[in-house]
Amino acid sequence: MSRTAILSTLVDPLIRQNPVTLQILGICSALAVTTSVATALVMSASLTVVIVMAALMISLIRHHIPNAIRLIIQIIIIASLVIVIDQCLQAYLPDISRKLSVFVSLITTNCLVLGRTESFSRLNPPLPAMLDALGNGLGYSLVLIVIGAIRELFGAGSLLGYQVLTTVDQGGSFTPLNLMLLAPSAFFLLGGLVWAIRTVVPEQTEELEHTPPEMEANRE
Amino acid sequence: MNDLFSLFLRAAFVENMPLTFFLGLCTFIALSRRSVSAIGLGVAMIVVLGVTVPLNHLIFITLLAPGAWAWAGLPGLDLSYLSLIAFIGVIAAMVQLLEMVLERFFPAIHAAFGVFLPILTVQCAILGGSLFMVERNYDLAQSAAFGLGAGTGFAVAVVMLGAIRERLAYADLPRGLRGLGITFTLAGMMALGFSAFAQMVAP
Repeated sequence: MSRTAILSTLVDPLIRQNPVTLQILGICSALAVTTSVATALVMSASLTVVIVMAALMISLIRHHIPNAIRLIIQIIIIASLVIVIDQCLQAYLPDISRKLSVFVSLITTNCLVLGRTESFSRLNPPLPAMLDALGNGLGYSLVLIVIGAIRELFGAGSLLGYQVLTTVDQGGSFTPLNLMLLAPSAFFLLGGLVWAIRTVVPEQTEELEHTPPEMEANRE
Repeated sequence: MNDLFSLFLRAAFVENMPLTFFLGLCTFIALSRRSVSAIGLGVAMIVVLGVTVPLNHLIFITLLAPGAWAWAGLPGLDLSYLSLIAFIGVIAAMVQLLEMVLERFFPAIHAAFGVFLPILTVQCAILGGSLFMVERNYDLAQSAAFGLGAGTGFAVAVVMLGAIRERLAYADLPRGLRGLGITFTLAGMMALGFSAFAQMVAP
């Protein structure tokens, strides 16, 4: 594998082929944990570790997996890795683990992990599989951290727990936007992020999903 | 009985799976292009959630909960860390079983939502339902009400989103917003609307 190929496997999923904003993979957990940068960071790190390890394991046993039961095998491998991560978090970062509640366990059913193992790791040798997984994990992390930073900055005036904007309560001039900490804002921000990326990278735009009935009639 | 009904309403509207907990968003977004497929997905969700949550509750209580093996002389045994693998196995088996039963006895229904059944194994909302059941210590009846309610809430939300997306045929959207971008914005507005339900059921 040449150096440029390695680089592009790693860099492509960051923006150009971003798993979250382009392929709609893994958003299930992406939005729930982004109320602060710290939870977003822990979640991203957990997912990246799981996806890289899963890619390595599945790629190593790829010639021995019977085709009919490959999904079950992949899910069991991923679930075991997630249990390990979950137990580590509960032991070393109990506060954050409580905030993330069920969402770490839900990495098991994260479409991103299963999507990469199913479409790439299963068919490729370990090294490229791990690079691809790492790239996708980082692409996912990038989206999470951007959204987490925006929500924490405008919702609480802080970043990673440090007060950046002094709020009115503390004698400053910034009124926290409570909406930023609620569910709808995560949808709006991700929608806006998708729009921004697609304005910069126009080849990602989709065609209209439906055409009005009268236009279809005219076309015929 | 009243409590169960209020739990059902709470799971369906106040704690709507896709709109307040962001669970099952992948299928929520990907399969809501047309309201017909959204209805199929919604029905499948109600059935699978309604069956798997009580079933996982039984398995958790009898086999995995701390102290569940006290009768065998192992009161200190705590297998709850295995719940994730057990739940996903149960869900995968249930989905497979449901598909076989439907195919054998109700071919018409199977044809209607057969394509959605296999992907439900890896649906976050279904695994999430079972995990929430453990976290909140529901009993068997409560798990059933919670499972059915969560499924109904998902069905309502996905059918509404599908219908709205069909109406978008008449909207002249900026190019970058087409497809995914506008769908997220719509889901955000629906989440705003659903947050009004928070006042509906007394805690």
